[in-house]
Amino acid sequence: MGSTNSTLSKIPNVEELMRETGFSPAHIVRLYDRFESLDKEKTGHLRPEDFGAINRQDTVDFHSFVRILAHFRPAENNRPRDPSLPEPVNSRISKLKFAFQLYDLDKDGKISRAELLQVLRSMMEMQVTEEQLESIADRTIQEADLDRDDAISFEEFRKSLEKVNIDHKMSIRFLR
Amino acid sequence: MLVGATSHSPTGSRGFMERGFLLLVVLMFLEGTVFPLGAASSPDINNYTFPKKAFPVLSLDYGHIQMPFEISLWVLLASLMKLGFHLIPRLSGIVPESCLLIVVGLLVGGLIKLAGEEVPPVLDSKLFFLCLLPPIILDAGYFLPIRPFMENIGTILMFAVIGTLWNAFFVGGLLFAVCQIEGTHLSQVELLPCLLFGSIISAVDPVAVLAVFEEIHINELLHILVFGESLLNDAVTVVLYHLFEEYSGAGEVTLMDAFLGVICFLIVSLGGVAVGAIYGILAAFTSRFTSHTRVIEPLFVFVYSYMAYLSAEMFHLSGIMALIACGAVTRPYVEANISHKSHTTIKYFLKMWSSVSETLIFIFLGVATVAGPHAWNWTFVSVTVILCLVSRVIGVVGLTFIINKFRIVKLTTKDQFIVAYGGLRGAIAFSLGYLLDKDHFPMRTMFLTAIITEIFFTVFVQGMTIKPLVDLLAVKKKQEAKRSINEEIHTQFLDHLLTGIEDICGHYGHHHWKDKLNRFNKKYIKKCLIAGERYKEPQLIAFYHKMEFKQAIELVESGGGVKMPAAMPLQVSMQNIQPKKQPPMAADRALPQFTKNREEEIRKILRSNLQKTRQRLRSYNRHTLVADPYEDGWSEYMLKKQRMIELEKKVSNYLTVPAAPSDSPTMRRARLASDPNAFYTIKAPPGNVPTIQVELASPQSPDSVNLVDEFSKKGGSSQKNTDDRKEEQGRMMKPPSAGKGGKGEEEEEEEEGENKNPGLLRCLSDPGPSNEDEEDEPFLP
Repeated sequence: MGSTNSTLSKIPNVEELMRETGFSPAHIVRLYDRFESLDKEKTGHLRPEDFGAINRQDTVDFHSFVRILAHFRPAENNRPRDPSLPEPVNSRISKLKFAFQLYDLDKDGKISRAELLQVLRSMMEMQVTEEQLESIADRTIQEADLDRDDAISFEEFRKSLEKVNIDHKMSIRFLR
Repeated sequence: MLVGATSHSPTGSRGFMERGFLLLVVLMFLEGTVFPLGAASSPDINNYTFPKKAFPVLSLDYGHIQMPFEISLWVLLASLMKLGFHLIPRLSGIVPESCLLIVVGLLVGGLIKLAGEEVPPVLDSKLFFLCLLPPIILDAGYFLPIRPFMENIGTILMFAVIGTLWNAFFVGGLLFAVCQIEGTHLSQVELLPCLLFGSIISAVDPVAVLAVFEEIHINELLHILVFGESLLNDAVTVVLYHLFEEYSGAGEVTLMDAFLGVICFLIVSLGGVAVGAIYGILAAFTSRFTSHTRVIEPLFVFVYSYMAYLSAEMFHLSGIMALIACGAVTRPYVEANISHKSHTTIKYFLKMWSSVSETLIFIFLGVATVAGPHAWNWTFVSVTVILCLVSRVIGVVGLTFIINKFRIVKLTTKDQFIVAYGGLRGAIAFSLGYLLDKDHFPMRTMFLTAIITEIFFTVFVQGMTIKPLVDLLAVKKKQEAKRSINEEIHTQFLDHLLTGIEDICGHYGHHHWKDKLNRFNKKYIKKCLIAGERYKEPQLIAFYHKMEFKQAIELVESGGGVKMPAAMPLQVSMQNIQPKKQPPMAADRALPQFTKNREEEIRKILRSNLQKTRQRLRSYNRHTLVADPYEDGWSEYMLKKQRMIELEKKVSNYLTVPAAPSDSPTMRRARLASDPNAFYTIKAPPGNVPTIQVELASPQSPDSVNLVDEFSKKGGSSQKNTDDRKEEQGRMMKPPSAGKGGKGEEEEEEEEGENKNPGLLRCLSDPGPSNEDEEDEPFLP
């Protein structure tokens, strides 16, 4: 545990981070090692070049790195939640919110048709035609859009995924 | 005899006339010889040794047809029983079918015994393993839900391998201990036979599990856990069985033997899977070339799978695993290659055979129980039953404790209970017991009695009570609703996301390997095994088309106001959907290639055939899978059709099949018949529907007309997105927007339902067998 402690001391605000994300010290250390190995230039920030542009921001520091990855921690359903505490980062709702943000590029709280199209386009990788994508997008919106505003809000998004086991799908065993 | 001799002469070289002459000579010769023979009654020809009696006009020769007749009788009995149970509604709700069938078997056996006849040994092991079991397993393997299976493979393997081992040793060992107790008169039962018995009885049986679980509609996870376990424990059972059987003669098993046993297990299981996979790939490869002979496509799937099973059994590998592997490997590739009808055929044949097999197995179990011989020993039997239960519970609880450390979604106590309670034993255990050699195992009859008792106990007691228990414990049931496209898209998206996150974490997890496998699959395997261009089609598109299909059918359902037969085959075969190349090149293929005259001609034919369809479909209502709904909603349907035709008249510029009247079997035939060389591209209004090419009579796929573009118009979105659509028009050559605009407006006026209707008949163009003959005429040369 000696090395853990020394590594922990290198990270600023580590207790706050742990409390916010729910990771254990061992996890934090592991993630820190990973962060360092990705951060080849030792700037303390990760740029899109470092891992192929996954995130929206241009750079991400360790705190954000950990916060984002915290979404993927397996959720613990069993302990009763204290309603006064803020929603834990890895609960179902926040996982869904995270996924929603990935679709919602302009952050207006709704997934418009164009945004959906863009996501579909990037997923399909040029194997399908534009019309096919459009019809799929149309159908998707048609299915999920309950208030008929031609966009999917977070509530509609959540509702359309209520049968999918998000806890299972958006968790990585590594982060235990 | 005489004729035979003559035919050996070299007729090949002679001319036709000479052959005819020869035949005549022979005939005359015969006539000449037979008559004198008949009169003389010489002994060398059988019939004429007796004094001549009246020519028998009608005679009974049962021995001639006995075997096939009896088999048919049994099958008939099984099917009638199945019919009967479903006619008595309350009974089938309380008692699972398997119990009723066993009771029927008991009754039949009892009747035969009363009649004084000897009860035939119907559950002969050879018959069971070679004929009755494979259809059930193939059905299970072909329709195995791969995704949940693979996601839970670790858990399933743990239960199957370690759970079965634990059960076998626990039951066998404790039984031996009990036998050693003084008062039981069982001291002659040695350790190894006990262990052998333990290994036979500890295996969860797939047939029984399927039969019972099918009726309780439990959630997918539990179903796949218990079912997967029952399939994969076959390898363990095979190895243990052979190991103990070999060495019970010798009386001891050394460490070396145990080590060899472990190696054997690996070979048996992996070998079985490998054999299955090889045959599966062969089947997929063969199906790539079957576009000209659609009729025998299903046969390839069946024959290759059966041969996989037999080959595995030949080497004493696990036949069940081979069959599962074959079915699972074959399915994705074969489905992309074969026609819609072949797919339906495969599905229905598999279901039919497995259903009959299952019924027969349970009936035979009943009969075999009556047949005996039995050696009842209270101690042995009751200890067996109790021990099986206890060991199963302990095994499941213990294993779950370990497994939950590695699972994301933990197994709750309720889940554990269901898994433990669902461990039913069945006919495989009985057959394995039956196979035991009487000389080596003097207590074979006692074993058999105990096995049968255990089977009865699990099937009756556990089978009957599991349903109320599931309700009582409020275990999550299977989700009936279909998957929406939202779910599909988001699930795929999350898969991509998770793969990326795993990469970031440097963790080679589940998603990483799945992604790698998919890429490998797409790059190499699909190219080899799937004919034509279809391999490029991404899964999402396939799913989307499926959804459209289903929705179209639903709309007719609601429009016509009748229920569809539940067994509607809804799988879509993607033969004729050819994704376009990059957009710049799209313009070329998008050109409608029809002249106006052609168009008109075809429309005329279609319209005229409408009348014929109505009559024809009416006439085979009862027998096809499809036609029932039409009978009732027919008038409304016809009305809608008329409106569609009128609508179609307004569209002058391009032929969109959606606007055209429906594409029933007769239509297609008419189209083909009238213009076998027709080749037209159907271009849908852009922005609304994917473009689909239909090659009517191209040599490659005569069946492709099954899947003409169904997606006439998607009602809701079209109203809002006309602007977007018009933007897209620049991409391809199109008729002047006036025509299109006109059409757009009109269709917006119509309800959604009507637009879907033309598509429907097409989707439902999967007639039952009675249509097959007529269908295939134009296709076969």
